[in-house]
Amino acid sequence: MSLILFGLMCLAVPAKVVRIKGDVAEVDFGGVVKEANVSLVDTKVGEYVIIHAGYAIQTLDKKEAEETLEMFREILGDSHA
Amino acid sequence: MKYQYRDREMGERILQKIGDLDLELTLMHVCGTHQDTLIRHGLQGLLADVGVDIRQGPGCPVCVTTPKEIEESLLLAKNGKTILVFGDMLKVPGASSSLSQAKTEGCDVRVVYGVDDGVRIARGIDNDCVFMSIGFETTTPSSAAALKAKTPDNFYVLTCNRLVPPALKAIVQMGEIRLDGLIEPGHVSTIIGSEPYRFISEEYGIPQVIAGFEPLDLLMGVYMLAKQKMKGESKVEIEYTRAVREEGNPKAVEVMDSVFEPTDVKWRGFPVIPDSGQELREEYGSKNARLVFEDILAELEGREFPEPEGCLCGEVLRGIVTSDECPLFGTACTPESPVGPCMVSAEGSCNIVYKYGKMG
Ligand code: SF4
Repeated sequence: MSLILFGLMCLAVPAKVVRIKGDVAEVDFGGVVKEANVSLVDTKVGEYVIIHAGYAIQTLDKKEAEETLEMFREILGDSHA
Repeated sequence: MKYQYRDREMGERILQKIGDLDLELTLMHVCGTHQDTLIRHGLQGLLADVGVDIRQGPGCPVCVTTPKEIEESLLLAKNGKTILVFGDMLKVPGASSSLSQAKTEGCDVRVVYGVDDGVRIARGIDNDCVFMSIGFETTTPSSAAALKAKTPDNFYVLTCNRLVPPALKAIVQMGEIRLDGLIEPGHVSTIIGSEPYRFISEEYGIPQVIAGFEPLDLLMGVYMLAKQKMKGESKVEIEYTRAVREEGNPKAVEVMDSVFEPTDVKWRGFPVIPDSGQELREEYGSKNARLVFEDILAELEGREFPEPEGCLCGEVLRGIVTSDECPLFGTACTPESPVGPCMVSAEGSCNIVYKYGKMG
């Protein structure tokens, strides 16, 4: 697990914020809960963040995630331009 | 969500669309995770079939770390300092040996998963600890945040951090490789946003797309670049909208900039690239291993540190040869006995190509 999560320096993995205590939060990587530093982002319990080297580096937009695929379909649809 | 981003049918449709545009494109990305996705899923080959050649470029923080920086960490280790380092760095050969070699010789070298891990180790021991801070904009804010939050007196930082946009500028200016577009690294961009790349499109006319890491993200990124090319446009587009905002993560950038400042630094395979490194600001001088241990490190000054003999990592990192074109690839050089860093790091092109046994 740790190798997958932290072996790659540009790899970052989404996790759900479960509990926040100051700069440190418990985050859930699909069932595996670990601590991560959340001092670089503004987040709250229930949100998804991207974790890299033990730090949350950005919040993840779930709605965008769904809409991206929708966008793909649109772009492919109108692509005679 | 993950599986949707791997939808085969959608992937085939995107490939077809790229093929329909009937372009010959040479693209570069600068990220080990992109390389992993391209090779693991066979996208490199599929894209080659529709006229698109993609090279990795200098997108591997461990690989671009210079032999001199490795020698600095080795010298500190041999002088009794505890070295805290990401696992990927251990087996990378410096000019004399590697950190894993130093460890077997009795030096105190410890693997950490992040800077906070290193701080925790330093808190538990009396010895001087030196954290080898490697990484692009994705990682540097964490080093900065740790230093801002106070670290124990025996915790020091050997900065090897680097910035991506100045290296892209160097690649473009060197002009060794035709570049029809750049796929920008998604996670670096979560921090810096899209603005720092803009000059490359505006001044050099190169289309850019910030892409995510699933197969469909990359295929879509390529398609967006191909469309820009076809329309004669050059701008920065974001494909990875679920994680990257135009403004990036201003909080992280602010923390990073308050602790580090840009400095000229050499990258493996490149000459010194102006303002492409990140050194600690003066107020953090007491944490800067290069200043605090200046006397120890003085013996490295003025010395030349040759690249491993026969290794083409420099050329791989500049995108002018592919890993399998190196005569040592898979013969004298394997992950078990690597000659250069690109075979050591899980983000190195040679390691990834070797692991999946194919060039796409
Ligand atoms: S295969 Fe080995 S020797 Fe050749 S470029 Fe890659 S790391 Fe260097």
